[in-house]
Amino acid sequence: MSTLETTVSIYDDFAAVKAKTESRSRKVDRDNRETVGMPFVANPRMTCRQVNVFYGEKHAIKNVSIDIGKNEVLAMIGPSGCGKSTFLRCLNRMNDTVAGCRVTGEIHLDNRNIYDGNIDVVPLRAQVGMVFQKPNPFPKSIYDNVAYGPKIHGLASSRTELADIVEDSLKRAGLWNEVNDRLDKPGTGLSGGQQQRLCIARAIAVRPEIILMDEPCSALDPIATATVEELISGLKEQYSIVIVTHNMQQAARVSQRTAYFHLGDLVEVGQTDRIFTNPSHQLTEDYITGRFG
Amino acid sequence: MTSASSATEQVRRSLPKRYAKERRFRLLGLCAIVLTLFFLFVLLTTIFLKGWTAFQQTHVRLDIHFDPARLDVKNLNNANYAALVHDSLQQMFPEAKNRNERLQLHRLMSNGAAFALQRMVTSNPGIIGTTQSLWLPADDEVDMLLKGHTPRDVPESARRLNDRQLGWIDTLLANDRLEKQFNAAFFSNGDSREPELAGVRGAITGSFFTLLVTLALSFPIGVAAAVYLEEFAPKNTFTDIVEVNINNLAAIPSIIFGLLGLAVFLNFFGLPRSSSVVGGLVLTLMTLPTIIIASRASLKAVPPSIREAALGIGASKMQTILHHVLPLALPGMLTGTIIGMAQALGETAPLLMIGMVAFIVDVPQGLQDPATVLPVQIYLWADSPERGFIERTSAAIMILLMVLLVMNATAVYLRNRFERRW
Repeated sequence: MSTLETTVSIYDDFAAVKAKTESRSRKVDRDNRETVGMPFVANPRMTCRQVNVFYGEKHAIKNVSIDIGKNEVLAMIGPSGCGKSTFLRCLNRMNDTVAGCRVTGEIHLDNRNIYDGNIDVVPLRAQVGMVFQKPNPFPKSIYDNVAYGPKIHGLASSRTELADIVEDSLKRAGLWNEVNDRLDKPGTGLSGGQQQRLCIARAIAVRPEIILMDEPCSALDPIATATVEELISGLKEQYSIVIVTHNMQQAARVSQRTAYFHLGDLVEVGQTDRIFTNPSHQLTEDYITGRFG
Repeated sequence: MTSASSATEQVRRSLPKRYAKERRFRLLGLCAIVLTLFFLFVLLTTIFLKGWTAFQQTHVRLDIHFDPARLDVKNLNNANYAALVHDSLQQMFPEAKNRNERLQLHRLMSNGAAFALQRMVTSNPGIIGTTQSLWLPADDEVDMLLKGHTPRDVPESARRLNDRQLGWIDTLLANDRLEKQFNAAFFSNGDSREPELAGVRGAITGSFFTLLVTLALSFPIGVAAAVYLEEFAPKNTFTDIVEVNINNLAAIPSIIFGLLGLAVFLNFFGLPRSSSVVGGLVLTLMTLPTIIIASRASLKAVPPSIREAALGIGASKMQTILHHVLPLALPGMLTGTIIGMAQALGETAPLLMIGMVAFIVDVPQGLQDPATVLPVQIYLWADSPERGFIERTSAAIMILLMVLLVMNATAVYLRNRFERRW
């Protein structure tokens, strides 16, 4: 075989390999902002269609449509300022408290648009609970923290029933064994991880159907994070959970589906393992491989 | 390497200058504190040295014969009680023969002696016919002499008490019939033209009633206004104007509020002149901006995370405010309220405009009664020519400061009591 032939042959091999690689990882172009993947599921608990959020002039969420399935953990990832938290806060209308915030589009829960004029946010927020980024227990006792929700909603008809709800919620939040001997001590005296689990207990004490978690572990150390993640996996048996996180390993560990937001656009939604191994959108790939964000 | 080490060198060289600056700055602050403490010390010592003698009053022990001839049981109110005092004095000093000398003798005793006897007889008519040894208040000139406020080693013409009176006083002293006792009258009497009879009870009661009205109106109105402005009011031009005006109100000279009270509460609504209720209303107007501003600041200081937590589990707006925001804001609101009340307690000018400067002898029994307040009482006494009022002025200032101290201590206590940390 002559030198020239050899060279050509090698070149052919190289071209073939290159073509193969490209076909496997051909991505949706960066400029395409249509949602790719599987934003919709067969039996949704909540359906969001063409949701837009404006802060004054700023268009923070652009035409987002997505379903939240029953008993699933949906993770929302994306660079800072991409609108994941804003979108999360639309789901129980916590954005109402922000001055100048305007929401268009439809978010359906039990066949009703939660942004209808006649929807009362009080029962909505009881149905769609929320856990915040920074643990924010009330400056009251541990017991009162958990009992507050059931009390104001009248979920317990007697003291013993209320005590049962508190115990059950703390148990489900994995906090009971650590605090059962000091329920009358202030919740603010607990460690960060315990405080966050107390907030989760407080959220589940009102028996919501959906729990929204806004970066629940960002203020916690790895051990506390592991505890909370374990807790989330357990909770999904009964609740639908939407979790915003900056930690991609966390999204991979706890969620079934992952949604990637980019500058107000919902770029891609898909099975979590697929998003992290073979995303369809170039932006998603850029983000998860650490090229930005 | 060279540049790095030279930078370190430069930093090191600049250090002494920086530390010197810091020391000067600290020294400046220390000087300010020391100066303030010095002035405070001077002020308090002056007041105390001038005023502490007012808590004592010279009394004379007289053997009073409740003469049935002078006391007609059917007409006890019009009986001449002063005559009982005079009888006793003349019995002790029979050398005072002529009318002039007797008058001088009688002047050693206060008018209050006769009032005291009248009170005794009215409350217990059985005393008539007996002879009692009683401590009765001396005249303020005697009091001043004994306390050393008026000198006795000056020519007789320059003295209020002549040589003969001094002689009687010395005799009384020698017989243990003249001594300084605790001045209970200062705490149980209202105002009087006679220094030895003047007390702060009327002014304290007036201040209490006035502040009661002020607190009862300004705290709820102020907190409600603050909560509405902070939590419910939409942010628009109207609320901006309201906010600017509240801030301006806090800076308005208080006498303007007095004029407003005169025009509105007295002339338009026809409320009783000089009364605690009008004083309280005027001071409410003056205190409201302070309370609103302090309450709004403490509402703003409640971390938003607490509101979110409450809203997030489905508390309504009112539940969020009542259960979480208000309890956390309460210490700040209370502090603001006490500061406002302390201001109101020390306020004189607006009360002058609504007639609370009148000379009122009776201790007010209710909100509608004519009354005066402590600072106005101080102002009135400071204006009086009698030597005895000088020490009473300082004593009243001490009492005002004590009341302020108690109020501020209450504020600190309440703040610590309600404060929650997180």
